[in-house]
Amino acid sequence: MTAILMEVAQVLLVAFLAPLFAGLLRALRAILQNRRPAGCWQNYRDLYRLFHKESLQAEGTSWLFRFAPYGIFAAFCLAAGIIPILATGLPLAPAADVIALVGLFALARVFQVLAAMDTGTPFATLGAHREMLIAGLAEPALLATLFTASLLSQSTSLSVIVAHLEQLRFALHPSMVFAATAFFMVLLAENARIPVDNPATHLELTMIHEAMLLEYSGRHLALMEWGAQIKLVLYVAIGIALFLPWGIAPAGQLTALPLTLTALLLKFAAAALALASVETLLAKLRLFRAPEFMATAFLLGVIGLLSFFMLGA
Amino acid sequence: MISCLPLDLAIGALLLWLGLGLSGFLLGGWPTLARRLIFPLSSVVALLLTIAGFTALTATPDNLLLRGPLPALPWSFQTDPLSGYFLILLGSLAFAVSLFSTGYFQSLPGLRLRRLLLQYHGFLLGMGLVLLANNVFTFLVAWEIMALTSYFLVVTEHEEADNRRAGFLYLLIAHLGALAILLGFVVLAGAAMAQGGPFSALLHASLSPFWASTAFLLTFFGFGAKAGLLPLHLWLPEAHPAAPAPVSALMSGAMLQMAFYGLLRVDFLCLDALAPWWGPLVLVAGLATALFGVLFAAIQTDMKRLLAYSSIENMGLILVAFGLALIFRTHGLNALAALALAAALYHALNHAFFKGLLFLGSGSVLHGTGSVAMDRLGGLIRQMPQTAFFMLLGTLAIAGLPPLNGFVSEWLLLQAFLLSPALPQSTLSAVLPLAASGVVLAVALAAYAMVKFYGITFLGQPRGARHAHEAGRWERAAMLLLSIACVFLGLFPDLLLRLLYPVLEEMLGQGLTAQPGWWWLTPISAQRASYSPVLFFLGMAATLGLSFFMIWRFFGRPLRQVAIWACGFPVRTPAMQDSPLGFAQPLLRIFAPLYPTERVEDADSRWRLRVGDPVYRGLYQPLNRIAFWLSAQVLRLQRGRITLYLLYSFLTLLILLAIWR
Repeated sequence: MTAILMEVAQVLLVAFLAPLFAGLLRALRAILQNRRPAGCWQNYRDLYRLFHKESLQAEGTSWLFRFAPYGIFAAFCLAAGIIPILATGLPLAPAADVIALVGLFALARVFQVLAAMDTGTPFATLGAHREMLIAGLAEPALLATLFTASLLSQSTSLSVIVAHLEQLRFALHPSMVFAATAFFMVLLAENARIPVDNPATHLELTMIHEAMLLEYSGRHLALMEWGAQIKLVLYVAIGIALFLPWGIAPAGQLTALPLTLTALLLKFAAAALALASVETLLAKLRLFRAPEFMATAFLLGVIGLLSFFMLGA
Repeated sequence: MISCLPLDLAIGALLLWLGLGLSGFLLGGWPTLARRLIFPLSSVVALLLTIAGFTALTATPDNLLLRGPLPALPWSFQTDPLSGYFLILLGSLAFAVSLFSTGYFQSLPGLRLRRLLLQYHGFLLGMGLVLLANNVFTFLVAWEIMALTSYFLVVTEHEEADNRRAGFLYLLIAHLGALAILLGFVVLAGAAMAQGGPFSALLHASLSPFWASTAFLLTFFGFGAKAGLLPLHLWLPEAHPAAPAPVSALMSGAMLQMAFYGLLRVDFLCLDALAPWWGPLVLVAGLATALFGVLFAAIQTDMKRLLAYSSIENMGLILVAFGLALIFRTHGLNALAALALAAALYHALNHAFFKGLLFLGSGSVLHGTGSVAMDRLGGLIRQMPQTAFFMLLGTLAIAGLPPLNGFVSEWLLLQAFLLSPALPQSTLSAVLPLAASGVVLAVALAAYAMVKFYGITFLGQPRGARHAHEAGRWERAAMLLLSIACVFLGLFPDLLLRLLYPVLEEMLGQGLTAQPGWWWLTPISAQRASYSPVLFFLGMAATLGLSFFMIWRFFGRPLRQVAIWACGFPVRTPAMQDSPLGFAQPLLRIFAPLYPTERVEDADSRWRLRVGDPVYRGLYQPLNRIAFWLSAQVLRLQRGRITLYLLYSFLTLLILLAIWR
């Protein structure tokens, strides 16, 4: 029973705190760039405004256009129930391992791309094929890093990986260091962050993710934006589960919860700081430099795998 | 009596198909009657064959020997779990394809329809016989029936020179492959053993490692030619667009799997003197094929050509899994080999269903719009909503997305790859996860290609083809069945894996570990990896329903239709969307060295980019030149003077005598 409650609590927590994390990131970035931030809560105000606005449907679009925002949002909510964030061994956790989780993200992405192509506008299709390209090149790198972690713990279930890695107690695994670097690069690419994409861009020609949302408005746009914020949190949560799992207790241990929450808070704050500084220090790459970025990530992942086999750790 | 049921049933079904083909030929004078009568009956027969396949899985292996025209070469047939599994594949796909054909061949003139009916059923018969054949002789005859009838089906529309050329290329490569298979069998069976003996006599044929490897390479080449292995894939993208859609569906969904069946039957079951390099060879060849196939699928502008390249990719993935199984078996890890083999067999069935569905759908698009050229299509989701929905399911399935079936086999394959540390050889176990990354790249790019396939054809605005109409009732029924199959195999993988147990038992003497329940997929242990498509689907449906309800409840307001925002430009034409080649432009740029491109000026003085197949230019054209040069050299012998020819005979005799002595 406690496990189910924790499951629900985790999904709600991720869904409703994701805008806060994205807002924190925005605020930190503004401070680092000598701008005055709009505050951590700006994303909530944005979502509130969008939800209360009228939604428009572009002429000639089909049911896919209307369905996609809900589908994407639902996919990320489901993923929020699978990744061990508050606790390991949640009831939904065995439903999908790491590979199925990557498949779930791919499903959400394909719906987003199809919805963009449904409008048939030049910029949306431009964004669509760029998104598929970045994702197609990022996926091998992502799987290479996940393989490193799962070879180490002999499991592809995130819950088991976390439980296994926690026992290792702060030992530095060379393979995991490489994998973590590669994962961080994939995280940047998959979440449309600098240097691959710019979430704050207003120039259509350089857009990737934003270009696909051009036709959305009102509650549909709100769902898309919210979904993207949840996705960012989920990626950070996967990164934490793989590389900094200490503090996540098994489900049902309510006594461990305060410690878990404190650790989680610190980890997410650190992640926000890291992301904000990366986005401040780096410039956006030209689109055709992005494959090199992905190739670097892939190579780091491969080095991680090889060092696992050579050093056994 | 019960024990010989599956074989009798299967042979009966094949004879019925033959009868249907012949009566279709006779009924050709009444085309509507022939089409409406023969094809549904053919579906019923396909169902019988499927039932035969199911019973063969559990029944004891059974065989039948018939005296043939030649005393030393009897016809020999058998059923065992392996052929039973492929009979299910063939029967269930043929069931849907025959239903589809009932509606599809409406406009075919009578004369052509009667020939098509004969060839179509001959093709089905040939594939069925390949699965039942129990000796080399029967197998090769069946193989030839399959190759020849499919050649005639490919050139159904033989008025067009392109189709004839495609047919010839197919025939050429098919026979090159058949020749290699024949030679492989010769090596395998040896001079000592009669060719009439059953396949089981080939088992444990005491071959020296050299001859075993020769036989392996020859048969791998031969079956690879049928499966579309990398340099031999060239016929696929030519033959599939030329053939009518149901034929393409059968060729791609079932005939390619006959090649895989041959590999399993001959190279896995008969050749057990395994050399350690066979597995890696198959794996590397498969991976190269998969990556090549998907990179070229992504740039095609013709629906059926795109699907043909995608078939190459999928066969590549099956070969990767097969190679992995070989590697594991060489090192005595039969449990792991079972997992890899299960992934390959699962993917074979998946591919039959989703590729069949997509080919049939492209046939409906051809009928609806008069074109399968993607630069003339677009927006069909509004004119053909049901076809578009079925095709969406097929696209998601082939792109390897959960909770559909393509994902299950991909997942099983990756799990098998992750078990590579169990291998005693450290280099191999370290390199295998890299191959897994290659598989992931192929699957991710397959999503790219299939999103393009669906998005360009069914979404956006029409690009100039005439107004489409929805597919007919029979066609929709067939597509509905295949999409249900895709969803079912995606949601209940354990049910299919249970069917696979006897096959794996037969091939490796070992099945997979038992599952905790039908809604779980835990091939190794629940601790190691688990995936529950049902839970996944229910979770998705629940969150979807809940979010939809909440948002509708609190923020629901009617949608307002507005014009699309065109970034401030006053004009917006369909040409401003991505063209099929434009969608693939990033790939063209990143993998530029792979793609031989040329710019040609068309009739309207516009530059068009044309991308060919590098293998054709890099391998086939030089080979062609060498062949012509050699022929020219041989021509010198031919002088047209009888005295010279007599001299040749004399010299030949002399040389033969010298050798004989």
